Amino acid sequence: MSIYEHIQGNKIKTVFIMVFFTLFTTMLAYLLGKSLGYGTSWVGIALVFTGVTSIASYYYSDKIVLSISGAREADRSKDFDLYTVTENIAIAAGLPKPKVYLIDDSAPNAFATGRDPFHAVVCVTTGLVKKLNRRELEGVISHEISHIANFDIRLMAIVTVLVGMIALLSDWFTRSLWWKRDTDRERISAAVMIISLILVFISPLIATLIQLAVSRRREFLADASGALLTRNPQSLASALDKISKDREVLEAATNATAHLYIINPFKEKKFSAWFASLFNTHPPIEERIRILKEM
Amino acid sequence: MLIGLLLVLGLIVLYIWSVYNNLIALKVRVKEAWSQIDVQLNRRADLIPNLVKTVKSYAKHEKELFENVTKARSSLLSAATPVEKAKAEGELQKVLKSLFAVAENYPQLRASETYLQLQKELSDTEDKVSFARQFYNQIVSDFNAKIQMFPQMIIAQQMKLTPAEFFKTVEESRKKVTVDL
Repeated sequence: MSIYEHIQGNKIKTVFIMVFFTLFTTMLAYLLGKSLGYGTSWVGIALVFTGVTSIASYYYSDKIVLSISGAREADRSKDFDLYTVTENIAIAAGLPKPKVYLIDDSAPNAFATGRDPFHAVVCVTTGLVKKLNRRELEGVISHEISHIANFDIRLMAIVTVLVGMIALLSDWFTRSLWWKRDTDRERISAAVMIISLILVFISPLIATLIQLAVSRRREFLADASGALLTRNPQSLASALDKISKDREVLEAATNATAHLYIINPFKEKKFSAWFASLFNTHPPIEERIRILKEM
Repeated sequence: MLIGLLLVLGLIVLYIWSVYNNLIALKVRVKEAWSQIDVQLNRRADLIPNLVKTVKSYAKHEKELFENVTKARSSLLSAATPVEKAKAEGELQKVLKSLFAVAENYPQLRASETYLQLQKELSDTEDKVSFARQFYNQIVSDFNAKIQMFPQMIIAQQMKLTPAEFFKTVEESRKKVTVDL
């Protein structure tokens, strides 16, 4: 699959996911409203809520993610290497320089976000800047800028916000079930109750699986196109090696933002093999390093 | 019959129109990529007077070296075509290398804040030049391939488009000579 097909695919997926999530959330809201006995006005509110959030997520995704992560903007003279390396890789990719942000955390990691190459952000931790040399930093930034060039960022940022929304809705529901009086509960029909209960339990799962499915193969592609930008796959390989051997856990990452980072910020969380592979936001790092070294 | 003929004619016109626009867009991209190299080369040229001044204040006797640097700088600024620029760029890189080598003999200079800053800026600009060159060459090879492929080449010929020059480093052009032998 060529880069251009991948970009096209990403754009189509973005529209598809936005529509799907809106429908899914509306249905969820409807069933929740029914089972709680709130009626159609509740569904209307949910509809407006999802609509507004979808549109807002498109325009403000970068700001939302940055504020969740507590990042500050990088300064050219203070963060000279980071800033100039980003400038340079953007030149190599023929893109405008993305904004550069720093998270104050000693665990080395990085991500890119935004809605298109003209509104893009690259964000790294202070630990990454400290632990990598200039060439390795180039490798990591080229991976991130490839995410921007491939329109992965738009897809990822939208998925992040929408997944968060579904989690919020089902959380909301579980809480209100807890506080309902028994007399209210009797009025709710059993069937609706069961369906919505099932939905509540599977919806975070569905959301998570979508999030994972869109995230894995992309990483290989970003590695490859990043190496094409620096003409130096070794530098990214050695950066990945260093990052993966680092034992610190990134505190700024949450479940909602994990898939954005260059490597899984939670490090080793061991499930049984197939289950773990289902839930991995990233392909195994050894495999990524091996492929880079073979380039 | 007539309608069929008109339809075919219309399709041909549509095809020529889209190829024409495509080629023009590519030509503009080549020019843009070239200006990016130019920006970086000028940025480097701007850093040099400061560097010379700083080194001079510690190493006064290296007159010839300073002259060479200044000469290489002005020939880079006056070069017009990609081939000329590449040659001048290679020269400048060579004399800068010897300037830095000389600077190594002056510990005070090596420790000076301005010198370190300039060295950092210069090596960054060198990276920028090489990435801009890489991008430019990629665009040029796209463009050159497009205007030589059938059937666009017929339209490209009518538009008087000629293959764009690559921006090669001095080492690359040298390598090519040895291959030719």
